[in-house]
Amino acid sequence: MPSLWIDGKTYEVEAGKNLLQVCLSLGLDLPYFCWHPALGSVGACRQCAVKQYRDENDSVGRLVMACMTPVTDGMRITLQDEGSVEFRAMLIEALMTNHPHDCPVCDEGGECHLQDMTVMTGHNYRDFRFKKRTFNNQYLGPFINHEMNRCITCYRCVRFYRDYADGPDLNAFASKNHVYFGRDCDGALESEFSGNLVEVCPTGVFTDKTLKEHYTRKWDLTTAPSVCHHCGLGCNTLAGERYGSIRRIINRYNGAVNGYFLCDRGRFGYDFVNAGTRIREPLASSGETKTQVPVSVEKIQQLVSEMNAGKDKILGIGSPRASLEANYALMKLAGPEHFLDGMAPKESSLVRLALSILRNGPARSVSLQEAGQADAVFILGEDVTHTAPMLALSLRQAARQVCVQKAAKANIPEWHDAAVRELAQEERSPFYIAATGATRLDDVATKKMCVPLDGIARLGLAVAHAIDPSAPAVDGLADSDKQLAGEIAAALMNARHPLVVSGTSSGCSSVLKAAAQITIALARTREKVGISLIVPECNSLGIAMLANGTLENLDERIKSRRYETLVVLENDLYRRLPSAQVDALLESVKRVIVIDHTTSPTSQKAHLVLPAGTFAEADGTLVNNEGRAQRFFQIFAPEGEIQESWRWIRDICPESRGNRKTAWQDLSDVIEALCQDVPALAKIQEAAPTSDFRIKGLRVARQPHRYSGRTAMVAHKTIHEPKPPEDPDSPFSFSMEGYRGIPPAPLIPRFWSPGWNSVQSLNKFQQEVGGELTGGDPGVRLIDPDGSDSPGYFEDVPAVSTCSGDQVQLIPLWRIFGSEEFSVLSEAVQQKIPGMSVIMNPKDAEKANLKTGSMAVIESGDMKLQLPVSLCESQAAGTVAIPAGYRGAAWIDLPALGESGRGMKNERNPLVPDPDCSGSGWHSDCGSQSDLA
Amino acid sequence: MLTVEERQEIEKEIHHYEHKQAACIEAMKIVQRHRGWVSDESIRDIAAMMDMSPTALDSVATFYNLIFRKPVGKHVIMICDSVSCWIMGYENMRDHLCRKLGIQLGETTADGRFTLLPIVCLGTCDHAPAMMIGDTLYRDLTPEKIDTILKQYA
Repeated sequence: MPSLWIDGKTYEVEAGKNLLQVCLSLGLDLPYFCWHPALGSVGACRQCAVKQYRDENDSVGRLVMACMTPVTDGMRITLQDEGSVEFRAMLIEALMTNHPHDCPVCDEGGECHLQDMTVMTGHNYRDFRFKKRTFNNQYLGPFINHEMNRCITCYRCVRFYRDYADGPDLNAFASKNHVYFGRDCDGALESEFSGNLVEVCPTGVFTDKTLKEHYTRKWDLTTAPSVCHHCGLGCNTLAGERYGSIRRIINRYNGAVNGYFLCDRGRFGYDFVNAGTRIREPLASSGETKTQVPVSVEKIQQLVSEMNAGKDKILGIGSPRASLEANYALMKLAGPEHFLDGMAPKESSLVRLALSILRNGPARSVSLQEAGQADAVFILGEDVTHTAPMLALSLRQAARQVCVQKAAKANIPEWHDAAVRELAQEERSPFYIAATGATRLDDVATKKMCVPLDGIARLGLAVAHAIDPSAPAVDGLADSDKQLAGEIAAALMNARHPLVVSGTSSGCSSVLKAAAQITIALARTREKVGISLIVPECNSLGIAMLANGTLENLDERIKSRRYETLVVLENDLYRRLPSAQVDALLESVKRVIVIDHTTSPTSQKAHLVLPAGTFAEADGTLVNNEGRAQRFFQIFAPEGEIQESWRWIRDICPESRGNRKTAWQDLSDVIEALCQDVPALAKIQEAAPTSDFRIKGLRVARQPHRYSGRTAMVAHKTIHEPKPPEDPDSPFSFSMEGYRGIPPAPLIPRFWSPGWNSVQSLNKFQQEVGGELTGGDPGVRLIDPDGSDSPGYFEDVPAVSTCSGDQVQLIPLWRIFGSEEFSVLSEAVQQKIPGMSVIMNPKDAEKANLKTGSMAVIESGDMKLQLPVSLCESQAAGTVAIPAGYRGAAWIDLPALGESGRGMKNERNPLVPDPDCSGSGWHSDCGSQSDLA
Repeated sequence: MLTVEERQEIEKEIHHYEHKQAACIEAMKIVQRHRGWVSDESIRDIAAMMDMSPTALDSVATFYNLIFRKPVGKHVIMICDSVSCWIMGYENMRDHLCRKLGIQLGETTADGRFTLLPIVCLGTCDHAPAMMIGDTLYRDLTPEKIDTILKQYA
C-alpha cells in the first residue's frame, strides 16, 4: 500500500488509482469537471490541479493534474498551497467567461456541479466584462433539453454518449471557444441511454425535459429510495415528488446493479403515476349497464361480508409486477393451492425454467456490474437493449474489456481512458449474437447469426458440445455453423470471465436450455462462468419463487373447483391470455375483485376495484433477474383512498381465513410472516432495515432540510399546517425532520453533502469513490448455486424446423418504448414508440408478394392480424417478428407457427388514428391495432 | 450525391489507410476541391462512404477551419493575423481589404468573387504582412500591392 503525504498528513492508500480519485475517497474536497468514476480520466478541464513535491526538501513543487497522475509510494502533494489554489480559481474563472450565469432560470440550479465547484474554488466575483459567445440550441427529442450557452466544454457528454454508450449521434463540433456539443442537425437522440446526459453534464446544458413540464428544485422534492419497475433488472432509482405528483426519476447508485446510469425507459417512464388512467378510489359496478361508480368503505365492507358470509371459494391471481408482500398477502387470503402466479402460461414455464437453471448452477447469475467485466459474451435469442436495456449498456463495456486487458499489459491503468482507447482502436472482446433478427448490439458483435429459434438453440448446443464433447452432439449442422460453434466455444474457453446471456423474451425453452448447456459445459473445466437470464418483469423471479400455481388450464381449474370469487392483484389478464378466455373466465365467477393502480381492461370488468399504490405510494420487495431481493420505499402519502395492495387484501380478509388485521400492522409484519412461510425468500428481511429502525432515535427524513413552502403549500385548502403523514412501514418520515447524515445504503433518500449539492455528492456516500456504497451495496442475493454437484446436460436437441409453404415462425418483437405496460403512459415515452409493423426478410416478403408498407395478413390458430410490413435483411428467413406487449393490441401467444398471407390492400391509412381506439392519441402511430382480429 | 470522379478519388485515398475512417479528412478535401465547400448533403454522402455517422464526420469537419461548411466565394483570401504580421501592419492591410471589397472578415462579396478570412501564421514572417489567395502566397503587402493583386482575380 503506497503511503501518500498530503498537506502534512500521511495516508495509506490503494495503489493503481489516480490522485483525484484517491483524494476524493479520502474525503478531501478537490474540484473537478471532466473526470467521472465510470468514464475515467482524460485531463481535459485542468480543474483538479494540485502541487506535487519531489521530496521533503523540495519547497517549490510543480503543478500536476490529479486525475492524470497515478499514486506512487512516498508521493508528496499539497492541495492548499497558494499556487495551486490560485491556479484552480483562475481556471474556473476562465471556464466561466462564456457561462451565462443564468442559475435562477436554469433547471440545474441547486444541484449543479459547476455551482458547487465555483464556490469550492472561491471564484466569488465576476470580472469578465466582455461579450459572451452564444449558440443556437437543438431539438434533441422528448427527453432532453439543450442549452449550449451553459457549456464549459468538459467533454463528459460525448465521453458518456459516444464512448461509453456507443451512441452515434452526439459529438463535439468546432474548436476553441466555439466547441459545440450536439447532433449534426435537430432530431431526437438515438441512444436508449440519453437520459444519463442529465446527470453526466456538470451543468445545465442537458436537462430533463419531462421535469421541465412540472419543474421543482431538488431541495423541494420529497424523495425516497426506489427500484425501477419497468423491466426485470431492478435498477435503483430515486423518485422525487411535490404536490402529490412524481416529478422525476434519477439514478440511485448501486455499485452491483446499475452503477451510475439508467435507461430512458426507467428514467422517463414515471408519468403513469400522475396519469388520468389511475384508479384513485374504490369502484363497484352497479345497475344493468354494470358501470363502475365510486363506492364508500361501508359498501366495500358489505360486499366483502357477502363474500365471506357465503364462505366463498376464492381464487387469487398474483402478479409478476406486484411486490412479494402484496403477492404473499393474496396467497394467504386465497390459500397457497388457490393462488396463481399471474404470468402467461408460456412465460411462467420459462421463468421457472430460468429459475431452476440459476438454482442448479453451476454458473452464477451475474450482476450488471459483473456483466460489464465479462471478456467474452455469447447472447442467445435476446435483443437485450429492448428487453433489459441496462444490461445492454453493461455488455457494451464487456465488449471493451479486451482493450482494458491490453492496456494493462502495456502498463496503462484502466482509468486512463483516452490512452486505453487509443491503444485499442477498433479492437473489441469476442462478442457473439445468435438472434432471429437485427439487434441493437449488432454494432459491437464479432459475429452475428440470424436464424429461427431452433437454429439458435442448435447453435448453442453445438457450442456446448464443442466445449465438452460429452455434451450431446447436434446432428445435421452445416459446416459453417460447426465452424462458428467452434469459434464461439474457443472464445468462451479462452476468456477470464465468459458470460452467456439469454432470456425468456423469445418465448423458447430450448434457447434457454442451450444457454444453460453452454455454462454447464464451461463449468466442467473452469471456475468462473457467468450467466445472465433476462426475465420479463420487475418481480418475475420473485413470483416464481413464491407461487406454485400457474394460469395453465385456468378454465378447467375454475370449473372443477367452483370458485365464486376471483381476486386479481395488479394484473391485466388480457395481457396474459387470449381475450375470449379472459372474458369467459370473468363471466364464470360470481365476484371479481381487482386491486390495481391503473385502469385496465380487466379492472373495467371487475365488480369491485380497489385503488392500489404504484411504486411511488407503496413499499415492497422485488426480486430481479439476478435473484437479488431489493426493497423500494414509498415516496409520498397519496390523497384519497389509495393504499398498498397488501393492506387492501388484509382489510378484506375474512375472520374465517385467519384475521390478519391485528397481526399485520405494518410492512415488517408481512415480511416477517412471509419469511417464516417461504424459506426460499427468508433472506429478503436483510434487503433493508425494518420499519422500527432509527438512527440516534430518528427516522430518515424524506425531505431535505431546505424544503420550502411547507407551511404554505396547502394554504388554499387550510391555513393550518397539517401534521405530516405517519409512516408505519418504513424508517422514513414524510417530512424534513429526521436524521440527515449518511444512513445505511438501502435507506439513502437522496445524495447530498455540505458543499456538494449535485449528484456528484455521491462521492461522499461511497467507501471508495466509484466503488461500493458505505456499508455495502443494497440488495441481497437469494439464489446462489452451491456448486456441490454439477447438473447433467439437457439431452433433447431440437430438430431443424421445417416450415412448409406459407408457414413462418412468428417471433415476439419487444421494444424498449412500446412493449412495457406502464412507461407507455408517459407522454415523453409515447413520442418514442415506433409504429407497429411486422418485420420480414425481403425474400419471404417477395414470396408472399409483400413490399415495405404493404399490409401483411398473418394467421396463427384463431388469431388473425393485419399490420404493415417492414423489410429487414437481418430478419431470419422463415421468421416474422410481431410487435409484442403493445397496449391495446390483442394478446397473441408467441412464438407460434403462422401463415403469412398474400399482401392485402390496406383499407385504412395506418397513420390515421382509428376512431375505435378511444382515449389519448399516443397510439396514433400504430393505428392499425384495431385491425387485430 | 457524390460524383463518380469524387468517389473514385476518395476510394483511392481509402486504400492508403488501415481504417477507412482515417481518410475522412482527405475525402472532405476532395469534395471541397470540386465544389468549393462541403454541404450538409456532402457530409451525409461522405459519412456513408466512410461507415461513419454524419455527426462523427461533421465533428471532424467543423474542427478544421479550412474545411468550409458554408459556401465561399470563387477566391478565398486568407490574411494572416499572427504576431509578426500584426507588428508589421496587418490591421491596415485588413482594413484596406475590407474597404476595397466592401465586406468584413468572414464575409463574401455580393458578386461571389471573394471571401475574406483571417488565418494564423502562413510561415513567412520574414516577409510580413502576408496573405494567401487560393494557393498563392503574397508577401510584404502594402495597400497598393493589394490593389494590383486583386485585379488579377477578375
